[in-house]
Amino acid sequence: MNSNTLWLIGRRLGAAVVTLLIVSMVVFAITAVLPGDAAQQALGQFATPEQVAALRLKLGLDQPGVVRYLHWLMNLLSGDMGQSVSNAMPVSDLMAGRVPNTLMLAAVTALVSVPVALILGIGSAMGRGGRIDSFLSFVTLALVAVPEFLVATLAVLIFAVNLGWLSALSYASDITSPLQFLRTYALPVMTLCCVIVAQMARMTRAAVIDQLDSAYVEMARLKGVSPMRIVLRHALPNAIGPIANAIALSLSYLLGGVVIVETIFNYPGIASLMVDAVTNRDMALVQACTMLFCTAYLGLVLIADLCAILSNPRLRNQ
Amino acid sequence: MNDLIAKSAPAGPELALGKVSHGPSWLGLVGAAMCVIWLLVAIFGPWLAPHPVGEVISDNVFDSLSAAYPLGTDYLGRDMLSRILVGARFTVGLALISAVLASTLGTGCALLSVVSPKWLDEVISRLMDAFISIPSKMLALIMVSAFGSSVLLLICTAVLSFTPGAFRIARSMAVNIEALEYVQVARTRGERRLYIACVEILPNMLNPVLTDLGLRFGFIVLLLSGMSFLGLGVQPPDADLGSLVRENIGGLNQGAPAIVIPALAIGTLTIGVNLFIDRLSSRRSRRAGGH
Amino acid sequence: MSDLIRVEDLRVVACGERGEVEIVKGVSFSLAKGEVLALIGESGSGKTTIALALLGYARRGCRLAGGVVQVGEHDMLALSENELQGLRGNRVSYIAQSAAAAFNPAKKLIDQVVEGALIHGLGSRAVLEAKAIELFRDLALPDPDHIGQRYPHQVSGGQLQRVMAAMALISDPLLVVLDEPTTALDVTTQIDVLRAFKRVVRERGATAVYVSHDLAVVAQMADQIVVLNGGQIFEQSATAPLLKAPAHEYTRSLLLAARPDTTIRPPCGIAEETPLLTIQGLTAGYGNKNMQGMPAIRVLEDIDLTVRRGQAIGVIGESGSGKSTLARVVAGLLTPALGGLTFDGQPLGGSLSERTDEQFRRIQMVFQNADTALNPMHSVGTILSRPLKMYFGLKGAALRERIGELLDLVRLPRAMAERRPNELSGGQKQRVNLARALAAKPDLILCDEVTSALDTVVGAAILELLRDLRQQLGVSYLFISHDISTVRALCDDIVVMYSGHKVQAGTRQSFAQAPFHPYTDLLIHSVPELQQGWLENCGTTCGTLPPIGAKANVPELCTFLSRCPVRVDGLCNHTAPNRRIIDGGSEILCHHDSAELLKTQRDLTTMSLGAYA
Repeated sequence: MNSNTLWLIGRRLGAAVVTLLIVSMVVFAITAVLPGDAAQQALGQFATPEQVAALRLKLGLDQPGVVRYLHWLMNLLSGDMGQSVSNAMPVSDLMAGRVPNTLMLAAVTALVSVPVALILGIGSAMGRGGRIDSFLSFVTLALVAVPEFLVATLAVLIFAVNLGWLSALSYASDITSPLQFLRTYALPVMTLCCVIVAQMARMTRAAVIDQLDSAYVEMARLKGVSPMRIVLRHALPNAIGPIANAIALSLSYLLGGVVIVETIFNYPGIASLMVDAVTNRDMALVQACTMLFCTAYLGLVLIADLCAILSNPRLRNQ
Repeated sequence: MNDLIAKSAPAGPELALGKVSHGPSWLGLVGAAMCVIWLLVAIFGPWLAPHPVGEVISDNVFDSLSAAYPLGTDYLGRDMLSRILVGARFTVGLALISAVLASTLGTGCALLSVVSPKWLDEVISRLMDAFISIPSKMLALIMVSAFGSSVLLLICTAVLSFTPGAFRIARSMAVNIEALEYVQVARTRGERRLYIACVEILPNMLNPVLTDLGLRFGFIVLLLSGMSFLGLGVQPPDADLGSLVRENIGGLNQGAPAIVIPALAIGTLTIGVNLFIDRLSSRRSRRAGGH
Repeated sequence: MSDLIRVEDLRVVACGERGEVEIVKGVSFSLAKGEVLALIGESGSGKTTIALALLGYARRGCRLAGGVVQVGEHDMLALSENELQGLRGNRVSYIAQSAAAAFNPAKKLIDQVVEGALIHGLGSRAVLEAKAIELFRDLALPDPDHIGQRYPHQVSGGQLQRVMAAMALISDPLLVVLDEPTTALDVTTQIDVLRAFKRVVRERGATAVYVSHDLAVVAQMADQIVVLNGGQIFEQSATAPLLKAPAHEYTRSLLLAARPDTTIRPPCGIAEETPLLTIQGLTAGYGNKNMQGMPAIRVLEDIDLTVRRGQAIGVIGESGSGKSTLARVVAGLLTPALGGLTFDGQPLGGSLSERTDEQFRRIQMVFQNADTALNPMHSVGTILSRPLKMYFGLKGAALRERIGELLDLVRLPRAMAERRPNELSGGQKQRVNLARALAAKPDLILCDEVTSALDTVVGAAILELLRDLRQQLGVSYLFISHDISTVRALCDDIVVMYSGHKVQAGTRQSFAQAPFHPYTDLLIHSVPELQQGWLENCGTTCGTLPPIGAKANVPELCTFLSRCPVRVDGLCNHTAPNRRIIDGGSEILCHHDSAELLKTQRDLTTMSLGAYA
């Protein structure tokens, strides 16, 4: 690893931090500054000006937006995310109870989807233009295009209603046996996997085909190298960067999908907490959840970037 | 010697080859047909609806398909066909308006930033980068939590979250075109920036921009119906296709058509768009591969 | 003696959008063991397709449709994919055009060189690696023992091409197919690679098929020549008779076009004494600027140049010499860091915004790549009308008439105005490109490699047109090229650039006779000539360079130092060279004077002068 690579990585890290700061400003502006006077809204139309002024003072709304933002940011960084109005609990306690559930869901999904997607993607790249490739290409395109709730409802109809194998509702608590684990996670994970596998497989296929079209692959064929060896020994080492990128980007898609899936299956994760918070207009909770999701998203994109840098043979073998 | 030039044909067949396409081309036609059908439904749907959209016409809730009610009835006993014919207008209309706005805005900003001084380009790009790193569903959720849900807000949200993507793609294309020699020739000719942006660059990126608009339309349909499905999108008494899925979620355990059909409807719309776009762009890449 | 290679009635079809098109239309030839056969033709002639068919391979979208390709005892078209796999890289091997792209960037060179042979079980890894190192040595690669441990991006293009030759020869194949192996290289590199190829091919008695568009290169390498056009054979014979007395008209035109300076003569007496463009002390480059306003990567250093009214100045140099950057600075696309431009007595702004409309009109630029120089969305008429409307406010019939005149001027039919660029051939596009520049009635046209992307015959016709236009209109050219014969064909004065420096400047005549700057000498004598045996006799480079100590920390040291055959230890690596005038009137940037240069250069010139006399 030379200084050039380190510098590139440092720059990406710096850019990610700056972006996260801007994101926090946008989030704060939308949730706390733009909507108008929170005190007035809280007290309703019939409050006296004195009451409103008193509440404003109490909430610190008399200060300019920039000061409130900095105050909020400092609190956020020190782990104090404020009080959830609708639950009458500290936001951090609420989230602490939910985050592990969502992480578990995401981890199981990733563990299932990545190998499947890689096999499908590489496989259809190898059989490019053939029957299997055409079929997979159509199926993945369709799965990328449909909404998660369509996959979810169809899955429930088939596996829970018609076949009766699984329950339509998930509860992450008191799992004691592997079978119970399967019954709990099968449907949400299947739904999430459908979309993510499709997306990842398409991107992997494109990345591998990109390499297969290159001059050095033609050269390898003309050296008498077998098709299998061409893919495994020649194309894949060069496609690591794009594939890692595909994985990271697809997983970041989880963040959106999980919102719908947790709601449908009543899964007690962080996303369903956020949807409830939005419905109840519980601003402190919304802000905290959004920042968590955006940080996770930026983290994944950053990992994708770093993979691309590190896998570049020119940089790696300097 | 000049005769020889006159005889030599443009671009030998050796070069006029590209990738072999995947998937038969009739899939593209099917996709195009689905797009057209949904567009027609969005325009004429309300007139075609056999029953008033809000009227309870059957005592049976979650009725299955029958001659009287071709798509069954919903959780209150309303005609599903009518509700879908009317709801499609929201889904297609809102998404179309948002997609066109987002693409126009994104492409406009991209052209502006390509012909602008470096600092302005930098500022625009930074801002767009920040917005692109808020996942669209998150942005939609905080917008709704702050301002409440309305049709206008949904459009604003969709435009806000999809403009940066359109910008990014349009900018990378515009940067590539800007580096081409015909643009350099125009610059050394002393052309104004507006002329370069609109006459030299824009026409050459119009096709990919339209393709991108189609893809974005699909994403916006997914976003808006997702929001409606969460109960945070189009608000009752109006209902788009996503709301229809939500309000009939109680029929899930019976496998009622009222919940499956609107979900399938969204699926056919987005799959149709994607098939059509996929076909268009693979044909274009094949043609581009020839030069 | 029976033929080793026999191709009979070979047909290859391409599957286009409108069904199948035959791109190789029944080609037959044969080749005896130990001989080299050249396939020569222009783009679209099907030469690469035929070469690949010798390996039983067709690119994506193509299909080997019929005929016989017999290599030794194998009928390549009848074999299964598995059987072919066993032959490729074993009995038949391939050397690709661009070595930079044909090597896997993620693997060490040695692993790629031995991979094929290893798969075919031709020896243990240790044996093969030893053989590879021996081949590296034969191919005159530097540090043959360790070069294999490097990755492709750590090795220069010319060296990579030789490593690929080692990869092809390691299995002692029956047949080696070389596909334009030197086209992507600079001439001065090409000569070393050619020499290395020729030696190993001859020493090992290999049978080879050499694909090229360059007759002069082929003349050095081949015993037999097959001339192809549009997928058909126009002529085939042994090299010597084909060069001396070509039978087919097409071959004759190829021969004529190969050396434009022997057929085209620049007009004299047009150039006036008044300077049109003066460049003084120009330094420019790319990248971020430092505190002194100097760019991070300096491409041009302290360039002085004067273009007189009606004069054509040629700028030559290899890739990376800064010649195109010079044109970009004059065009206003790149702002200089130091130095100034004067145009017709008025200062010429460094950036576009500092220039007047009149200056825009009077300086026009024509780019190398005709494909990207015309906006594909506009018709030829629209393209030509824009400068006419802008500079002269022409409208209606006057506009149409002027567009017609311009098309006449570049010898295109007037009906062409309705067409889109993608309906035109390369040569036609370049003519439209030229017509657009002429529409402004310019005083100076900047031509950046205008013929490089074209086939030789088409390019020669464009040169002829440029010559005639200059005679007719009295316009000045700043003509940029990597090819000295093109420059000699068109220009009054020639400037040689090497890594951003002007190393020699003089009249056309002064470039016909020694002494030259050592780089110019290398450049001139590296251009292959249309005679057999030139490669063996020309004697340039390849020898070991005089040893030299470490460079002193002096800013303006000679940039040609690392490649110079006449460098002097203690002088060249310690002191910056001066500009001096040598015999013949050229100005050079070198420590040597005429006498010293003549000592090393005289013998070489007498021979090549014959070709240009």
